Amino acid sequence: MTKDTENLRPAAEPVQREPFDFARWWDRVGILVVLAVLVVFMAVFAPNFARVDNLLNIARSISVNAILAAGMTFVILTGGIDLSVGSIIAVSGVVAVISAIAGLPAPAAVMLGMVVGAACGLANGALSAYMGLAPFIVTLGTMTFLRGLAYTITAGQPIVSSALNFRDIGNGYFSGIPVPVIVMIIVYLVAWFLLERTRYGRHVYAVGGNPEAAKLAGVRVKRIITSVYLFAGACAGLAGVIFAARVVSAQPTAGTGYELDAIAAVVLGGTALAGGRGRIVGTLIGSVILGVLSTGLILMNVPFFTQLLIKGVVIILAVAIDSLKQRRFSFRLPLLSRSTSSRT
Amino acid sequence: MTLSAPPLLRLEQVSKRFGPTLALNKVDFDLHAGEVHALMGENGAGKSTLMKILAGNQPRDAGRILMDDREIEIRSPRDAGAYGIAIIHQELNTVPDMTIAENLALGHEPVTRFGTLDRRALDRQAREKLARIGADIDPQRRLGSLSIGMQQMVEIARAVSENARVLVLDEPTAALSRAEAQQLYRLIGQMRASGVGLIYISHRMEEVWQLADRVTVFRDGGHIGTARMQDITPPDVVRMMVGRPMGDLYDHPPRTAGDIVLEVEGLAGNGVGPVSFHVRAGEVVAMSGLIGSGRTEIGRLIFGSDPRDAGIVRIDGKTSTPSDCVDAIADGIGMVPENRKEQGLFLGHSVEDNVAISSLDRYVTAGVLHRGAIHAAVAEEMARLRLRANAIDLPVKSLSGGNQQKAVLARWLLRDSRLLILDEPTRGVDIGAKREIYEMIDALARAGKAILMISSDLPEAIGVSDRLLVMRGGRIVRELASAAASEEDVMFHATGTAGDRTARGHGGTQ
Repeated sequence: MTKDTENLRPAAEPVQREPFDFARWWDRVGILVVLAVLVVFMAVFAPNFARVDNLLNIARSISVNAILAAGMTFVILTGGIDLSVGSIIAVSGVVAVISAIAGLPAPAAVMLGMVVGAACGLANGALSAYMGLAPFIVTLGTMTFLRGLAYTITAGQPIVSSALNFRDIGNGYFSGIPVPVIVMIIVYLVAWFLLERTRYGRHVYAVGGNPEAAKLAGVRVKRIITSVYLFAGACAGLAGVIFAARVVSAQPTAGTGYELDAIAAVVLGGTALAGGRGRIVGTLIGSVILGVLSTGLILMNVPFFTQLLIKGVVIILAVAIDSLKQRRFSFRLPLLSRSTSSRT
Repeated sequence: MTLSAPPLLRLEQVSKRFGPTLALNKVDFDLHAGEVHALMGENGAGKSTLMKILAGNQPRDAGRILMDDREIEIRSPRDAGAYGIAIIHQELNTVPDMTIAENLALGHEPVTRFGTLDRRALDRQAREKLARIGADIDPQRRLGSLSIGMQQMVEIARAVSENARVLVLDEPTAALSRAEAQQLYRLIGQMRASGVGLIYISHRMEEVWQLADRVTVFRDGGHIGTARMQDITPPDVVRMMVGRPMGDLYDHPPRTAGDIVLEVEGLAGNGVGPVSFHVRAGEVVAMSGLIGSGRTEIGRLIFGSDPRDAGIVRIDGKTSTPSDCVDAIADGIGMVPENRKEQGLFLGHSVEDNVAISSLDRYVTAGVLHRGAIHAAVAEEMARLRLRANAIDLPVKSLSGGNQQKAVLARWLLRDSRLLILDEPTRGVDIGAKREIYEMIDALARAGKAILMISSDLPEAIGVSDRLLVMRGGRIVRELASAAASEEDVMFHATGTAGDRTARGHGGTQ
């Protein structure tokens, strides 16, 4: 197969690969191409799109969803799903606002919101990992429960506090950049570091790739699974605090449906719902695409109903391209098309 | 079987190309009615491609396919069915949670006049199909409740329609116990007698000589030769498969055992035991026995993947009481599990990730992974195992079965485990890779590792090991020195019956 002359070359640099490998190429830059096309399109057709203040506005508007999606990426990488993050936004926001009104200093209120989110995530993770319940069902249950909790605490009414002490985390600026954008960047740096540069991250991928093999290779699978929900919960808690700061109030309806936007961003970013494959950078780009799309469409005065139609098409299109990539890939390796297991 | 009659099925100069690879290069193949024609070759030789063409899953690029001397076109699995060609794949294509009857009718369920499912017809048809292959099973049972062997019977019953003329079996006995395999052989005999032509793909020499009338060998997509079984010997076939003489597959220079590494006392749990034994450094100990005799369970108890009821396990004199695999690995134990794809590998991940996963703690400073160091260390282990260096970034699923198994072994080489538990290390790998894996096992033992090997392949268990522990009913019933052991000895103790030697009665249990 390989010619002998090739073996004389340095082993680290494989010389002859496939002439053009669509799958690999798309994996690296495909999603960026989509984003670039979208940005150029909007810059040309949407009035005021390319202005700095508008771009910063987009960045701020995506921060809540992007932070949610960062946590969701961890969960989906293990092959799980977390439907409860939208409800966690409401609960953590409510708790943070009430405690701030009660006199808790701003940093403590923010922390408390995150801790509440992390605790909800811990419950999700423990129920999934140690009770062996399906994450979809567990988080469907906690989604409903936590929404109910948010309504119960607030008696169904928004709690408005115009003097909210942590409002800057949603509305403030630092060196001209919105604070939520800075928070979002920090979250992504942490997430990237965890996934790409630590043993923990490798274990997250391993659990998603094959939980049984991970167990036999010495990965504490249950602990990893619990931890990703905890992380997703903490992210949701933080997003909830930012959301509450943005609207300067505790809204029991906050974050309704946000879990689906977060999942969309993750999937757009190329992470496989089956787990084990995907990158955090992709998720960030996926969030940006969704943000650019909705802001651009608003600027172009596209009616809200039509925006939904377009957003739906974009999501399906992105996933279709991903699936096409998989098919190309399996064709290239000639794998059996019918079963999920590949042939040797 | 009359060879003078026109063959039932004939392939002439059939070719198939996948990208740059010529998977089949102008191969000829013929099959007569009432014949078992074995098809052998290493992985990648083109057997699967031929099978896919016959099944209608892949179109051929060139050549002709003739049935009864008339040219036919197989464009889809439906066409294949219409010509009476049935394929039994290695992996079962059934739904375990449905009943046997429902599985048998999958895709063409009988309906009543009103368009609803006709349960009575479903049941009747199922009984007919099962009767046709001589299987006596209640069609109302859930398929998943059957043994793998019986599930395969159901799959054959489903594939074999009334007009079945050609049956292709792809390594059908790979997952079967001996008794189940015997049952399959009987079924094959019946089908041959009724005039069906069978193409039998297998790596196992003994069964090919037991079953087949002729054998064809493929290598690198080419047809190397076809011979009647009485005109050829297993070494001939091996030579045709690998393109060179193999020597003795298990040949290894004598080894000297060192200190005791693994010491097991009264270990029980998981429904097996108690067992006591030891493995020394530089020693390969094989656990032999029938499927279900408790070999894998013992391995899992030592490795901490199942809870123990009783017993002591020591590694290098230190007691090892792992509560999970993580602890066992920390104690110096490595495990190559029975089912490579399901338990051993992360198929979509790179070779590097697959090899490094168990040793990441060694390459961490202040929580940060040393990726360069990991890369270099993995590359080094790959070189030791003669794994292609440019494979390091490829997904492990793109490797051949033998190379995949090497990746799992490399994981424990990198970890530098003291004891390696190898559960069926050569299942599903071709003969060339087998040879390399045996050489690796030998090299590992020489490097001072203790190796506990579980194997259903008797010649392998005897040939590769220094000592044999024969298990039956969850206990070790006999220890044998491999050099002096014969397959009959092992079977005698493993079955607890006299087998061929009726005179010995129920000996062997001490």
